[in-house]
Amino acid sequence: MEQGNGKKLVIGVIGADVHAVGIRILEFAFREAGFDVTNLGVMVSQEEFIGAAIETDADAIIISSLYGHGELDCRGMRDKMNEAGLEGLLLYVGGNIVVGKQDFVDVEKRFHNMGFDRVFPPGTPPETTIECLKKDLGVE
Amino acid sequence: MRPVLLIDFGSTFTKVTAVDLSSEEIIGTSSAFTTADSDIGTGLEAALDQLRRAVGELAFEYKLACSSAAGGLRMMVSGLVPELTAEAARLAALGAGARITRVFTHELTRRDLRAIEADPPDIFLMTGGTDGGNRSCMEGNAEKLRSVSPRFPVILAGNRQAADSCEDSLQDFKVIVCPNVMPVFGTLNIEPVQREIRALFLNHIINARGLSRASELLSGILMPTPSAILSAMKLLADGTEREPGIGELMGVDVGGATTDVYSVAAGEPSDINVICKGLNEPYAKRTVEGDIGMRYSASGIVADIGEKWIAQCAGLSESRCEALMDELAADKSKVPSCGQDVLSQFDFALASGAVDIATRRHAGTLEEAYTTSGRVYVQMGKDLSRIRRIVFTGGSLIHAADTLGIARHALFSGRYPMSLRPMKASILRDDRYILSAMGVLAEREKEIALRIIKRELVNLGEIGSDDSL
Ligand code: B12
Repeated sequence: MEQGNGKKLVIGVIGADVHAVGIRILEFAFREAGFDVTNLGVMVSQEEFIGAAIETDADAIIISSLYGHGELDCRGMRDKMNEAGLEGLLLYVGGNIVVGKQDFVDVEKRFHNMGFDRVFPPGTPPETTIECLKKDLGVE
Repeated sequence: MRPVLLIDFGSTFTKVTAVDLSSEEIIGTSSAFTTADSDIGTGLEAALDQLRRAVGELAFEYKLACSSAAGGLRMMVSGLVPELTAEAARLAALGAGARITRVFTHELTRRDLRAIEADPPDIFLMTGGTDGGNRSCMEGNAEKLRSVSPRFPVILAGNRQAADSCEDSLQDFKVIVCPNVMPVFGTLNIEPVQREIRALFLNHIINARGLSRASELLSGILMPTPSAILSAMKLLADGTEREPGIGELMGVDVGGATTDVYSVAAGEPSDINVICKGLNEPYAKRTVEGDIGMRYSASGIVADIGEKWIAQCAGLSESRCEALMDELAADKSKVPSCGQDVLSQFDFALASGAVDIATRRHAGTLEEAYTTSGRVYVQMGKDLSRIRRIVFTGGSLIHAADTLGIARHALFSGRYPMSLRPMKASILRDDRYILSAMGVLAEREKEIALRIIKRELVNLGEIGSDDSL
């Protein structure tokens, strides 16, 4: 295991989504990579993500959505973060964030417009996300 | 015979309980009225006189006390996010027996500072941030608090990285640094803070509260009354190594101005398909409803539950109830005369309402969430539905003619199916009002206190929710 890099992540599965396995894997992978992880588990509301990020002074919020309603659940997240004093905090989303097989370029654009810094397509391995995190947070 | 004396300094009454440690029996109890401005020793003398007349002169081995006199232990707490560290701080202070006068969240404002100066607390509990998390909240608040006078003890129990700088800011205060009330997100750690609160109460607050004369008479231990009651409840539930307890329980104390609810229970979900959210609440939990009480807060009961409900429960017309409310507002010491009069019917409804509201605010809740794969449940707070014992203490419940009728309102109700209250329970009544005394005695004699509680509580039998499933 790498030494802790001092960067703090808040992760969880948003909305009424109960897919519990993927987020555990992400928690484990991020921790192995040296991040300090607060995993909120499944069925996490926007408010919970924000409350946890404030108390833990997080460097990024990472949202997972697998059941297809990600777009609905993520709407307004960035506005709420701004409202809560988390302006500019790094915000990622990934999993199976929309229903079925849609053109991902389009999906990505929609989530960018919603204020997400990075949007990951289905099947993204944890390593990709870790590389992005390190780059965005200036680790190494 | 080995007599010891246990004293409960209240805001209106001083109650004394004499216990013989050899026979493990209560020798006698008595109580005397104390006015707000008379020295607390006067009430104690009067109560002791009465006790002497009833059971003769006793040479007490020691004297211990709890107190809620002179406004009780008044605390202000501050945290960062309302439902996280601020809530953790609130739960910690309540469990230590405090009366919380203000809860501050995020940064303190100039107005907050003025409010603190206008009505300074006995202790200020400052929290905010997980360990390694946010530190600007605590550091900023400590810096702001430094200019406030008068000085009061401040307990720092937030992000441990913030403690040093806060301590520097608060050099002129008595500062106690404690482990974080929420060291990791969602996890409570409130016992260390509660120990410090009790130590401060014993060593610093007593003098400031005009209790010093009384404390000279005591053999050391003095704790806030609610903390003594919670400690007795916990002892009764858990038992000791040699003396078994009776298992998880709830407690209700409806007073004139406030209503306290206690639960000693893990509160885990009854069903594996329930997802838990929010803070993991303490095993021994106390809540206080400042707007719910039989006299000073009678209007709060009506405001919450509605005039119609009260009238129906009392079997009186709404206009009759309104008139009674006015009478109570004018004369707070009014009590029902013996037998069945209208006021006792009305009091039955007020007590029932108080129990209903306060237990609902204490118990956890379920929320139904419809997902694409069907219904799931989300639990907030503690699931108390499997608790099978409820202890009732406090004048309005002990002396009520129909305690069981009132107690029923602490149970699960079809009106509030999402409130996780007991489905059925045995009702135990603290007839001689000994719980606080036993909580204090337990500091020295756990097993004796436990055996006396078990013997003294009157089991009124088991009742079930009318509309249990
Ligand atoms: C097991 C499962 C369930 C179980 C979940 C049990 C549990 N408590 O965990 C149950 C039966 C409950 C279930 C229910 C449903 N499911 Co399902 N489920 C699956 C299944 C078969 C496996 C999920 C899993 O655990 N995978 C293993 C983990 C390790 O992988 P993962 O979850 O994908 O996570 C990885 C990556 O996605 C990624 N990742 C995840 N989040 C993020 C976030 C970021 C930022 C990044 C970078 C990466 C990332 O990293 C993870 C680790 O490698 C998938 C199909 C599949 N093979 O993926 C469908 C699937 C996810 N389910 C699906 C659906 C539709 C449903 C239901 C709506 C079905 C229904 N109509 O009832 C419900 C929704 C329930 C709800 N409220 O959430 C669809 C989603 C389709 C879509 N989005 O378009 C899938 C893809 C099946 C399919 N092909 O149709 N499901």
